[in-house]
Amino acid sequence: MLFFSYFKDLVGREVTVELKNDLAIRGTLHSVDQYLNIKLENTRVVDQDKYPHMLSVRNCFIRGSVVRYVQLPPEGVDVELLHDATRREARGG
Amino acid sequence: MSTGPGLETLVDQTISVITNDGRNIVGILKGFDQATNVILDESHERVYSTKEGVQQLVLGLYIIRGDNISVVGELDEDLDSSLDLSKLRAHPLKPVIH
Repeated sequence: MLFFSYFKDLVGREVTVELKNDLAIRGTLHSVDQYLNIKLENTRVVDQDKYPHMLSVRNCFIRGSVVRYVQLPPEGVDVELLHDATRREARGG
Repeated sequence: MSTGPGLETLVDQTISVITNDGRNIVGILKGFDQATNVILDESHERVYSTKEGVQQLVLGLYIIRGDNISVVGELDEDLDSSLDLSKLRAHPLKPVIH
């Protein structure tokens, strides 16, 4: 549940989602669910010349199971908060 | 922010699905479920190649199993009609490797 809540806090931020097929999509995080499926708005593919397959897509749903990385804005990362939360989760609280 | 990233807002709209094996299928979303299984009507596949423009293969009514779906994109009709698919050349997308 930790990363679900974490991503919910990032809603509205600009992120880049890299998929397991090497496609990288940049857009505004619109929503996330329990499977870490992600909805992005105002999307563009990072390398459009190599990947023109989504040229006419501006909003998309990405299945959580195919996400390799989510690149976050530095200001969206609070390492201390994550440390505490992961420790708490590890302790079972 | 109570609504998750469901597909309900896309029902009856034209969507572009990228599958795990790298195919691109475009059709009208008629239904979906929790597992991202989708039902597409009047669907066609867009086959990308470096030798010729994009080929469109008519598929008709299709069900795609959620396991096999990477991305579901909302197709912007204006943007799409401004594309000249016959001039687009690209390698097919790579398959997903888990």
